[in-house]
Amino acid sequence: MTVDLCAATPEAEQSAPAGSVTGSVHSWDISTGVDGPGTRFVLFTAGCPLACAYCHNPDTQDMRYGTRRSADEVLTRIGRYRGFIAASGGGVTVSGGEPLLQPAFTSAVLRGAKDLGLHTALDTSGALGERASDELLDATDLVLLDVKAIDPAIYENLTRFGLTPTLRFAERLATLGKRVWIRYVLVPGWNDEPEHLERHAAYVATLGNVERVDVLGYHRLGREKYAQLGMEDRLAGVDGATPAQVRAARDVFTAAGLRAP
Amino acid sequence: MTTTADRPVASPADLADLAVDSASSPDTITDTGPWRGFVRGDWCDGIAVRDFIRANYTPYDGDADFLAGPTPRTTGIWATLSAMFPVERARGVFDIDTHVPGSITSHGPGYIDRDHELIVGLQTDVPLKRAIIPNGGWKMVKDSLAAYGYEVDPHVEEIFTRYRKTHNAGVFDAYTPEIRAARRSHIITGLPDAYGRGRIIGDYRRVALYGVDRLAAGKVADLRALDSRPSSEEVIRSREEIAEQIRALDELKTMAASYGFDISGPASNAREAIQWLYFGYLGAVKDQNGAAMSLGRTSTFVDVFIERDLAEGVLTEEQAQELVDDFVIKLRIVRFLRTPAYDALFSGDPMWVTESIGGMGEDGRTLVTRTSFRYLQTLYNLGPAPEPNLTVLWSPELPDGFKRFCAQVSLDTSAIQYESDELMRPRFGDDTAIACCVSPMAVGKSMQFFGARVNLAKTVLYAINGGRDEVSGAQVGPESAVYDGEVLDYDEVRSRLDAMMDWLAGTYVSALNVIHFMHDKYAYEKLEMALHDSEVHRTMACGIAGLSVAADSLSAIRYAEVRPVRDERGLVVDYDTTGEFPTYGNDDDRADAIAVELVESFMAKVRQHPTYRNAEHTQSVLTITSNVVYGKGTGNTPDGRRAGEPFAPGANPMNGRDRHGIVASALSVAKLPFEAAQDGISLTTTVTPSGLGRTRDEQITNLAGVLDGYMSSEGFHMNVNVLDRETLLDAMEHPENYPQLTIRVSGYAVNFVRLTREQQQDVISRTFHEGL
Repeated sequence: MTVDLCAATPEAEQSAPAGSVTGSVHSWDISTGVDGPGTRFVLFTAGCPLACAYCHNPDTQDMRYGTRRSADEVLTRIGRYRGFIAASGGGVTVSGGEPLLQPAFTSAVLRGAKDLGLHTALDTSGALGERASDELLDATDLVLLDVKAIDPAIYENLTRFGLTPTLRFAERLATLGKRVWIRYVLVPGWNDEPEHLERHAAYVATLGNVERVDVLGYHRLGREKYAQLGMEDRLAGVDGATPAQVRAARDVFTAAGLRAP
Repeated sequence: MTTTADRPVASPADLADLAVDSASSPDTITDTGPWRGFVRGDWCDGIAVRDFIRANYTPYDGDADFLAGPTPRTTGIWATLSAMFPVERARGVFDIDTHVPGSITSHGPGYIDRDHELIVGLQTDVPLKRAIIPNGGWKMVKDSLAAYGYEVDPHVEEIFTRYRKTHNAGVFDAYTPEIRAARRSHIITGLPDAYGRGRIIGDYRRVALYGVDRLAAGKVADLRALDSRPSSEEVIRSREEIAEQIRALDELKTMAASYGFDISGPASNAREAIQWLYFGYLGAVKDQNGAAMSLGRTSTFVDVFIERDLAEGVLTEEQAQELVDDFVIKLRIVRFLRTPAYDALFSGDPMWVTESIGGMGEDGRTLVTRTSFRYLQTLYNLGPAPEPNLTVLWSPELPDGFKRFCAQVSLDTSAIQYESDELMRPRFGDDTAIACCVSPMAVGKSMQFFGARVNLAKTVLYAINGGRDEVSGAQVGPESAVYDGEVLDYDEVRSRLDAMMDWLAGTYVSALNVIHFMHDKYAYEKLEMALHDSEVHRTMACGIAGLSVAADSLSAIRYAEVRPVRDERGLVVDYDTTGEFPTYGNDDDRADAIAVELVESFMAKVRQHPTYRNAEHTQSVLTITSNVVYGKGTGNTPDGRRAGEPFAPGANPMNGRDRHGIVASALSVAKLPFEAAQDGISLTTTVTPSGLGRTRDEQITNLAGVLDGYMSSEGFHMNVNVLDRETLLDAMEHPENYPQLTIRVSGYAVNFVRLTREQQQDVISRTFHEGL
């Protein structure tokens, strides 16, 4: 027996109306306290140019794993939760995958959510930051930016992608004065060297528009997905971060004058 | 409606007492009597507690900073009791009085620590010692005594089997073979036919505000008003009931006098107000072994007295909290004698001493007071506990400080449930309280005939098997051919189900009519009803269990391919389901609409059958913890659930099938229309602390936000557990380390370590929303 997890409405199976931007969507969720402030509708787009060693949703890396949806369909669904989200002080987060792999679609969803009167957030690695139009950023209240590692070599080892575009995007957001929360996934043995953390914190502190830093301990949930997908698990021998390691990392960011709750 | 309110009662002597001092508001009572300083209103002329509260309470919109911790006295009393709990847990009961059947005056005064108690009164002469209350049924008493190794007193047995008939005996005289078969096969379950029906809330506040004499005088006037009416069956019954009520009020005074209190007049300060109120409640639980003995909505009433004492300078905050703490200690040790099987069904020793807190007034002012906070504070001062069943009536309009304190208490104790003030206030008024888990009623003005619930999942199986039970093979429902196609056809199954639900509704209401007729006759709640208006609104509270299993099964039949598997008896006992189908709990209208339709359809069918005393038909979607037992007695279902597996509790989606997070799951439940389930719709959620946010402050904000969102979306009830799975696993292995670990189950809270292992596993296997 299988259960339809993606729970599409019958209408959603029909083709998108003409003129509406479509995108490849992995899934949606409504979560509290993890993807921005309050209770939020979180849209996970499919497809990501990075191949982070610690990715806990490797099934979102390939766009082909997604389902094609129009922005209007997504917004209709968001509309159902508008009352709840507004009453609970939450909003809408577009996450991934990498939402900026599909900038027109992401922009349309963010714009539409904003027009519904909801707070909006973009959860991105910033690696494709140059694809974010001014209109997209204009429709975004908050950027959740995952810089991953400040050392280019470590970054490339982790993500198999270059660091420079991410830093350029971070600086663009700083210039715009856009509200930013920095995310940092702490992987023991990969990006938890105190000296590296201090450099990372120092860089983040210079930006000036960072409201908070969330240090997320690497965890092993989701590793079985790698086997299911026939993908190599590059962190096969690595344990999850301990609470003490996460606390120590937070302290480094706090010492740099940042808020790392 | 309110015959007592229409009656002029003020004598010239009363009026002299109420002389107005020209220096103060003409509405303020200026004598030195018990009502001194209160603002006058309709409540002075008739029995009208709500009017008294409105005229005199002080809304509070601040935060929790003013609260006081426990005093050494409070901690000492609680420690004395805590030392007795392990003995009770080990033996099942602390002790039983097998000789003296419980009644309002049956036992002499009892104390925990006489010199230090502020609020006094126990059900028997020793704390935790249980009385037998055989009026509901002798069998329950006898079986319980046997189970705990006590001898039956032959004299008492002779009385209740030979000379004094019980409710239970009456019911079984009038049950039909059809009802018996439905009961035996567990398609209709949990019927209150062997003990007290409960779910009646006396307005215990009346004792404190008016004193017993005034209440008795009102009842005498109500009785005299019937004198001129012809002696029809209805009038005769009313006369007898009111006469019983008057007798109960007299006994209540006698019981209070045994503790050295004269409660014939009103309470004159906060301590007396709580004491008088508690005597009223104590009289009820000495007299009735009710399935749920709820307290009502007392905190804001009590606050009026506390505020007056604080203003008069005779009470400090610490002392006010002590009074509330001592009262709550008493509520935590209410005990009834029930069989171990009953305790297994409901996980421990449930009393449902439900107290409703908060809410908004019809005039737009919040009904939250400082004492609303003080009641919740007992969970810190005494530690978490399932009783009293603290129930917050939630509205997005509640003051922020109160919302945040509630959320904080939930995070710390998982001991509060929330129900929508927004759904209840327009229908039942702003003096509504919850009986048991989710049943709303206007205090002192309405009561319900408790009707337990039918097993809707099994009904689907009966529809397929032509009325035969899939476990026993017995013909229970109306006979028809077993479904004979290769693949289940939705329209045909739905039409068979419709016929089966017609039969079930008729049999069910018939059983309930018998039960409540006999309960009124043999186990009438004379004291609780003395604390109601003489003319009350009655509801017949039906219920359904297994809603999500039934809805998902129908969804599977409709959207996937379901092939029935037959056994050697020719009965369908399993289902081979291929293909995908939408499930209830993901805010997918295809599945959710089936659940909505089932609820509406069963309500409509129940309404077709006349009820005893013309009670209004209602229903609940609630299981408490019995979802485990219902599941055990139900075979394989087309949704893929295996025989014996637990149902989801209440109106919850099936475990693990809600995949879009807590909110999508809650919004599916919120689609169930309250109009078709006015006795309540229960949702139990469990979330890990980190699933609510990173910092404690964020977690508090976000939990309050979720409650605002749910109630704004017409959700009715939410149990909130904030727990780590690891904590529960550790508690299973080391129960001794977690004596007070409390978790919410459908409409109720329990000590986790008192659950059976099966129930513990059920709780742990339920979807944890971790926010990943």
